[in-house]
Parts: sequence; structure tokens; C-alpha cells
Amino acid sequence: MRKGTLRQILLITDGCSNHGEDPAAMAALAREQGITVNVIGILDQGAMDENGRREIEAIAAAGGGMSQVVYAKQLSQTVQMVTRQAMTQTLQGLVNRELKQIFGSDVSLEDLPPDKRGQVMEVVDELGETVALDVLILIDTSGSMKTKLPTVKEALIDLSLSLNARMGENRFSVFIFPGKRAHAEKMIDWTPRIEELSTIFPKLASGGLTPTGPALREAIAYFERKRSLRSWIGDGDEPYIEESSL
Amino acid sequence: MAMSHTSKNRLCNLPPGTVITGKWHGRSYRLLRRLGSGANGVVYLAENGRTRVAVKLSDDYASLASEMNILRRFAKVQGAALGPSLLEADDWQSPFARETIPFYVMEYIEGENFAAFIRRRGKEWAPVLMMQLLSVLDRLHQEGWVFGDLKPDNLIVTGSPPSVRLLDVGGTTLQGRAVKEFTELYDRGYWGLGSRKAEPSYDLFAAAMVMISSCCPGPIEKKGDGRAQLLSIIETDRFLTRYKEVLQKALDGRYRKAADMRRDLLAASSRHTSAENERKAVPSRRSGRQVKRRRQARGIVETVVIAAALLGAYAFYIYWQLAM
Repeated sequence: MRKGTLRQILLITDGCSNHGEDPAAMAALAREQGITVNVIGILDQGAMDENGRREIEAIAAAGGGMSQVVYAKQLSQTVQMVTRQAMTQTLQGLVNRELKQIFGSDVSLEDLPPDKRGQVMEVVDELGETVALDVLILIDTSGSMKTKLPTVKEALIDLSLSLNARMGENRFSVFIFPGKRAHAEKMIDWTPRIEELSTIFPKLASGGLTPTGPALREAIAYFERKRSLRSWIGDGDEPYIEESSL
Repeated sequence: MAMSHTSKNRLCNLPPGTVITGKWHGRSYRLLRRLGSGANGVVYLAENGRTRVAVKLSDDYASLASEMNILRRFAKVQGAALGPSLLEADDWQSPFARETIPFYVMEYIEGENFAAFIRRRGKEWAPVLMMQLLSVLDRLHQEGWVFGDLKPDNLIVTGSPPSVRLLDVGGTTLQGRAVKEFTELYDRGYWGLGSRKAEPSYDLFAAAMVMISSCCPGPIEKKGDGRAQLLSIIETDRFLTRYKEVLQKALDGRYRKAADMRRDLLAASSRHTSAENERKAVPSRRSGRQVKRRRQARGIVETVVIAAALLGAYAFYIYWQLAM
């Protein structure tokens, strides 16, 4: 299997979108391009309203990723766990596809005898440790999210701590939505060090709209832009593309 | 691939008496009671004929397979029990779920949770058990692993004389990789005191935290400067203060090997016991203080008597003057 780059969008929000395209459709679009979408919903207290929860689950399901709704206090642990588990899931999907190619039929990890699964998992573990990872973090900064932003910042620094302990390379980029001029605004360009984040949050201004769908669309476009630039340079660092039929 | 909520609830609440039969090897296990549940599965006490075993069920094939890999590797390490020994792996076609549920069977270690043991038997057991733990960790590190998710819940004290065993190997990671699983309170990254790279010093930080949390009465929650907070917890506890140097060195990641930390812990314990014995052997200081106190009391009585005599004489003088 050739080594490539795993690509993820991590969406952090606290409620429903109210402007533009259906975010689940945009997440499905991301998945078609080999980008996994994970969603984390943050709560202050009590429970998230049913619509918000449903939307979060729908986005992650369509984006081939994972979703979690948590209290602000548990955010750090959740963010790093969701990211790691989504990586394993994607890699497992790829390994399952390889298995299918080898055995020619519908064989997945579950169909192997328990003793053989270990050998497959060793390959998945190894890949999870060494594969390159690009994570675009998309943060909802509308209305009620404002008070949660210090916690979000802490969680993201914690995420980079976890991922940078891996042998593989990581790159992070941070977008917020709604932006001043566009639906989503770039805060940090691709960097292996998310610690730069400490400087960006004071600049935030929050508005009334929550354009989650359009923001996802712009995030996907940003990934694509990066790839086309790379192909000019001739890096040849191709992303893994997971087929939606899996 | 975390467990979805509903299936986790179902797996966690299997009634006692449920019989689990493997579809590959055909052996059956009757569940007796739940021993515990974690992020990626649930463990039951079960019996197979007369033998008592622990059965771990999960709907996460991947993490279960990874754990079994580690238990198999541990089994190959001679002369030291690093974790529970793996007996069998199979899948269960459960009547509740449409899909099959993977499980593995391991040795049942009967014992008491680390923190509960220290609460019941006393803090003086903490350094003893720590030294045992450090010996096990040293062996594990020599084999190229790091335990990762080291915390009181993953340690069990078993047998007589009591000895410590490692329980959940879900966080066990090859050295040089990123620690697979951890718990915030015992994670040096959370406290801002280092990376999450699997290296021996990662486990030694957690070991120090295990000792601190099991000797400190209340729950610990990080506030502001992590290092300063931990040091002040150590300094305000009379028991922990004796081990301040060792703990501080482990928290700062200055131990490269578990054996070094064990040696220093042993030295600190024996230094402390010999100091206590010396104090017991010199009883004269305390009695000297008592003599002084008795002398002070006698002084007060004398003052009162003299004052009373003077008052009496003065009263007599006034009476005599009036009578004249």
C-alpha cells in the first residue's frame, strides 16, 4: 500500500446551522473527495436540543466520520479521541479494501478468525502511527460559542500534543465561521504547530448567522486548492481516497 | 470505532447467568457479574465448568484485536507476569444483537483496587506497592513497551503477601510511538509537563501521580500552573512530603529508568523509618519540657499566695485605722 495523507475536517459547534446549504450534503461531498468530517458539539449544561444533536450526527454520518456531544470540560479528551478513532476507522476501511482485493470477495476484519485479526490490526496500528495527517479545524464562533472559545483553544493545543507524539507528520489549519467577508475565514494556514493559535482568538467578532454548510464547502475548497498547488510543484503526495461504497 | 451508546448499554447490562458461546471454538462461559467497563469494552467474571475467568466483550473489533496482540506479546516475556494471561479469543452470536460480538477470555485476578487497598490498610503501603509496580514497569520498559494508561483503576492488589498486578493493557504502546490511551489526571501532557510520546518517563510521571492521588484525601483537579499545584499538594501532606524529592523528579521527567526511581523511593523510605526510630530512642526532651511547665505552675501559685497575704495585711491595716 502506498503511503499517503489522511485528510480530516474537524467541525466544532454548539448548535444548528441557519444559513445556506445543508451541512450534511457538504459533508457527503467532502467524503467523495476523500476527506473525513468529524463533528463535536459542545454544551454548557443540560442537554443539546434534539435538532442540534440530529444535525451533528447527520453531518458526521454523511462525512464518514465520528460525532460526539460533550460538556466543555471534557472537550480536550474528546477532540483527541475522535480524531484518533476516525483515523483508525479510515485506515481500517482501506485495509478492508485491500483484503477484498486479495481474497476477491466480501472479506472484512470481522469475517477473519479472531487470531488472524491481530495481524491485520498490527498493520492498521502501524499505519496510524506513521501516516501523514492534515486536519482542517472549523470553529463555529457565532453567538453562544463565544464563551466556550478559551476551552476550544485548550482542546486544540491538547490535540496537537497528542498528534505530534506520533511518528507521522501532521499539519493543522484553522478556519472560523462566520467570517468577516466570506462564510469561513482562514485563521491559520497549514502548520505543524497549532500553538500559534494563542494569538488568533482575540480578533474574533461574532455575528448572528451560523452558515455551517457554506463553511464546510469553503473548507473542502481549501483542501483542493492546496492539492492543486502541490501538483504544480510535483510533490506527488496523493491523498487516500476512501470510496463511499465502503 | 467507539461503541455506540445503545450497544454499549446492552453489553454492560447482560444479566448474570447469560451464557456466551464462541462460534469458532465452541466453548461456553456463564457470566457471574460485571467486573468493570472502560472506553472500549466491558469485563465480566465468568465460569467455564469450575474455572473462573474474566471475559472482555466489545463491539470494537479493532481495539480488541490490538489488546490481544499485546497480551500475546506479554505472554512471551519470561519470568514476570506483566498483565493477565490470555486464554482464548472468539466471537459470540448474541440473541440480543444482530451482529456477532467479539470477546476474549483471560485469567481472573482476584484482588482489590489499588486506591481502595491503601484507604483500608494505610498509607504506609503506598511506597511498598509503588516499589513493586516500578519493578514490573522496569521489566515492561526493557521489553520495549510503555504501559500508557497507568492509574489506580488499572492496578489490582492481589494475594497474601499483597502484590500489585497490571490490569488493562489498552494503553500499552511500543516505545517511540504516541501513547494510545490515557487518563487526563495521570497524563503529563494534561499537566503541561511533557509530551505524549511513549517513553519510560511517561509511565514514571503517571506512577508518581498514582502515589499522590492515592495518598491525598480529596479529588485533584488541575487549576492554572500544574507543576506548582502538584508540588503544593505534596508539601501540604505530611506523608507525601517525605517522598518529595522522588516525586518531584518523576513529575519533571528526570528519571530515565523505573529502576532508578525505585532505588530512590527505597532510600527515602528507609531514611524516614530510621529517623522515626531515633526520635523514639530519645525520650528525655519531652519530659524536660514537662518539668518546665510544672515549674511555671508553681510560680503562679506563689504569686497568688503573696498577693493574698498583702491584701489581707492591707485590709487589717484599714480596719485598725478605722477602729482607732
